[in-house]
Amino acid sequence: MKNFITKHFYGDYGEIEEGGASNKNEQKIACPLWEVFIRSKQGLDHKHVGSLHAADAQMAIENARDVYTRRLEGVSIWVVESKNITASNPEEAGELFEPAENKIYRHPTFYKLPKEVDHM
Amino acid sequence: MASTTTVSKEEKINYLLYIADTALILSHRNSEWCGHAPVLEQDIALTNIALDLLGQARNFYQYAAELIGNNATEDSLAYLRLEHEYKNLLLAEQPNEDWAYTVLRQFYISTFLFYLYQQLQQNEDEQIAAIAAKSIKEVAYHVRWSGEWVIRLGDGTEESNKRMQQALDFFKDYTGEIYIAASYEQAMQIDMATIQKKWEEKITAVLNEATLTFSTNNFSHTGGKTGKHTEHLGYILTEMQYLQRTYPNANW
Repeated sequence: MKNFITKHFYGDYGEIEEGGASNKNEQKIACPLWEVFIRSKQGLDHKHVGSLHAADAQMAIENARDVYTRRLEGVSIWVVESKNITASNPEEAGELFEPAENKIYRHPTFYKLPKEVDHM
Repeated sequence: MASTTTVSKEEKINYLLYIADTALILSHRNSEWCGHAPVLEQDIALTNIALDLLGQARNFYQYAAELIGNNATEDSLAYLRLEHEYKNLLLAEQPNEDWAYTVLRQFYISTFLFYLYQQLQQNEDEQIAAIAAKSIKEVAYHVRWSGEWVIRLGDGTEESNKRMQQALDFFKDYTGEIYIAASYEQAMQIDMATIQKKWEEKITAVLNEATLTFSTNNFSHTGGKTGKHTEHLGYILTEMQYLQRTYPNANW
């Protein structure tokens, strides 16, 4: 029986959270991983653009500004510590996603759209 | 600044060069971190700041070149002047040493530039006012970024606090120069007393938060504004001007 409540954290891959400290006995550098979401312009959604290391939320915003918006990519930034994201388990991809594969009737392709809304 | 203009063209040129040189030399110091900063994120942050400062320097150089005439260009001003012709603050040319020195030097100069640009925005010279208005948002971010770091290190670990204290002790002999006006600076009729007051308030507030103490010093090294520099500037210019000196008029 699969354990359905195991939490898999995106970014939960060990050493990288230690901020590159090579020696386990070194004082741990408190720079966890953060996920960055940028809204490219007003009215659009925030989109995931990547991740970075920062000591806290404030620094994460500033780092994101410098790393991800230096070419006018955004008007708003969200950051969330990677450990707070719960990800689906790749091993469960079959049961999660495959059942949708043969249900083409869920796509709205059987309607004739009026010309005015042709770009859906 | 209500009074009518009495600033001569030469004084204005010197003043523009003073601000441009300070921005350029600080930009160069920051660029030395490129590829060497402790983490990628801060490497990019500092390089961004270096580029912002370079952009500000270019604007001031371009305007100075226009006033100088004689085929002067932003490039000739940056690459073909000698040490004693540079007017940057001594503070800007001091070596990077470590992250604490780097962020504190940035914080001191950016905070000064912020309050200076605030005033220059209203300058009767429209060109200067426009450059200041364009630059002030960049500088506001530099103040925020460097101030954050001063607080983090000062109020961080025992080691980071010690490093910050060392930087403070070192730079206390250099900050006074900002407010000792050169003759061309006086001619510009900028209210330096107000800038100094705001600057000290801001520095004190951030250092307090960083659990550090700002001590003003009666003594300060001076001379940068009139071309008398510490030994460091020569090395900076040697590296920065090498290409133009070796291959005159080289282009890409």
